[in-house]
Amino acid sequence: MTIAILTGLMLGGMYALIAMGLTLQYGVARIMNLSYGEFLIAAAFASHWLFTGWAISPFVGLAVVVPLAFVLNFAIYKLLLTPLVRRAPNRDALEVDSILATFGLTFVIQGSMLALFGGAYYSYSFLAFPVQFVGETVAANRLAALGTTILLGLALYLALTRTRAGTAVRAVAVDPFAAQLVAINVPQASALTFALGGALAAAAGVLVSTFLTFSASSGVVFTMKALIVVVMGGVGNMLGCLVAGLALGLSEALVASYVDPGLTLAVNFALFLAVLLVKPAGLFGRATR
Amino acid sequence: MSARVAGFGFLALAAIALLALVPRLGNAYYLALAISLLQYTVLATAWGMFSGPTRYVSLATTAFFGVGAYTVAVLGEILPWPLVLLIAAALGAVVAAIVGLSTLRLSGVYFVIFTFGLTELIRQLVVWFEVNKSRVLGRYVFVDITQADIYWQLLGLAAAVFLLGWLIARSRLGFALRVIGEDETVAKHCGINTTFAKVALFTISATVMTLVGAIMAPRWTYIEPSIAFNSMISFQVLIMALLGGAHRLWGPVLGAVPLTLLFELLSARFPNTFTIILGCIFLLIVYMLPRGVAGLFEKRSTTPGGKTTQRVAA
Repeated sequence: MTIAILTGLMLGGMYALIAMGLTLQYGVARIMNLSYGEFLIAAAFASHWLFTGWAISPFVGLAVVVPLAFVLNFAIYKLLLTPLVRRAPNRDALEVDSILATFGLTFVIQGSMLALFGGAYYSYSFLAFPVQFVGETVAANRLAALGTTILLGLALYLALTRTRAGTAVRAVAVDPFAAQLVAINVPQASALTFALGGALAAAAGVLVSTFLTFSASSGVVFTMKALIVVVMGGVGNMLGCLVAGLALGLSEALVASYVDPGLTLAVNFALFLAVLLVKPAGLFGRATR
Repeated sequence: MSARVAGFGFLALAAIALLALVPRLGNAYYLALAISLLQYTVLATAWGMFSGPTRYVSLATTAFFGVGAYTVAVLGEILPWPLVLLIAAALGAVVAAIVGLSTLRLSGVYFVIFTFGLTELIRQLVVWFEVNKSRVLGRYVFVDITQADIYWQLLGLAAAVFLLGWLIARSRLGFALRVIGEDETVAKHCGINTTFAKVALFTISATVMTLVGAIMAPRWTYIEPSIAFNSMISFQVLIMALLGGAHRLWGPVLGAVPLTLLFELLSARFPNTFTIILGCIFLLIVYMLPRGVAGLFEKRSTTPGGKTTQRVAA
């Protein structure tokens, strides 16, 4: 029982981290990014390449991959998504357009990774030794990833609530139109937040690659879980992200160890639906529309 | 008006009769190509029937296609063919109704997310069932259906879909859907039962997709979940419907025909980079042709007032 809960918490922490970037992209920049998981897997491949090719530890790799992802996502927002933002007459239209555009992007990135790395599963062994933790044996790499996740989440939370830029970002999330009235550069804030979301996805990808096997086509699953967590927690809500991520991870771990590992996705969806039917705006979301 | 309708009906019948002769040409390659063309035409039209007027993007074409194909894999040898098709259609309708009832009452985003994961969900459930309960993963399909039979069935289905789409567009249900697509809040205030309208049309569209899957299944002799639930189909159908223009009944055909031919060519020439090319084509369409080929035709008939005739006609 302890091990199932512990696994669930670690899994949930990972889901929360994965979803944090998406909740920024969707909540603030209003881009429903269906290629999110692909960016995550691309970062995982980058980390794999750095570790196996250059013997660079994934934690050092973070310092390379994350800024790179930030720049790349900033460019993508400026070049690919800004035309859509300009074209869209309202938020719903932008949602449909961004869904379509990023869905197309999914296949471009996935196809590129398939061409580069093939369809095989990749993994590397980093910190793969057992440690004792609250009376149970767990892998050190999972604990390290969990620790980094907590640090990243805390840093993001403080940045959003304690700094001027963070406050501006939250203002855009609440009302992009009114935010302009208090001299916030909304297009700039949106672009930077989208890039920050992409950088978080990359960080998640690097951390995930230390303890999970991945392949060029496993991005879809990450996108899906991230989407479920974001909607369940309430769009744009960090705390909701954490709670929903933990709930998802716990339920998955419990089902996998007591019912059947093959049914985890079904549990995800059941939980997702159950939350939506009771609270359509998510656990911590406010009904705005 | 009725003379025009009769004229159209006569033309359509003549076209169907002419198309029905394709298997008589005796060329296996052309027949296979014609089957692909029909398959994507029906899928894209069915997709457009729901997603066109409502503007709810459904990414679950594969899920329904796979349900149909897998039903044939399981029941094809046990039951007579018409009964198998009937069961497949019923299964597709039930799945669609469940998905529709649970997500279409909410905002459109939840629907997209759910359809995005639906294929993977159903695939995982099928694999779980096959591994744990029936203990077979991968089934052989030995049914007495020739390529020509598949073609004729698809042609019949295509005719039925166009007739159905035409009837729905003229009915109260079709009008309700157009209002929902324009503004859902207004639709609710007009007294339209928006949930019923959306779920009904989603179910009809999904049933057609399921039938296509069931009809196509005998083309493979061996089916396993990863073949039946291949997400490329969702993607290709979406591209085709968007290129053609999903807001018109005849729009998706304009996308399905050229793209099926193009994909045929590309997948043979560039098997390794096919996905990348597909993604790029898709992005081009989203950016360059947001209203599809059908939208191009409408621009020409713009009235001096600046409003397109489509708006006025609707």
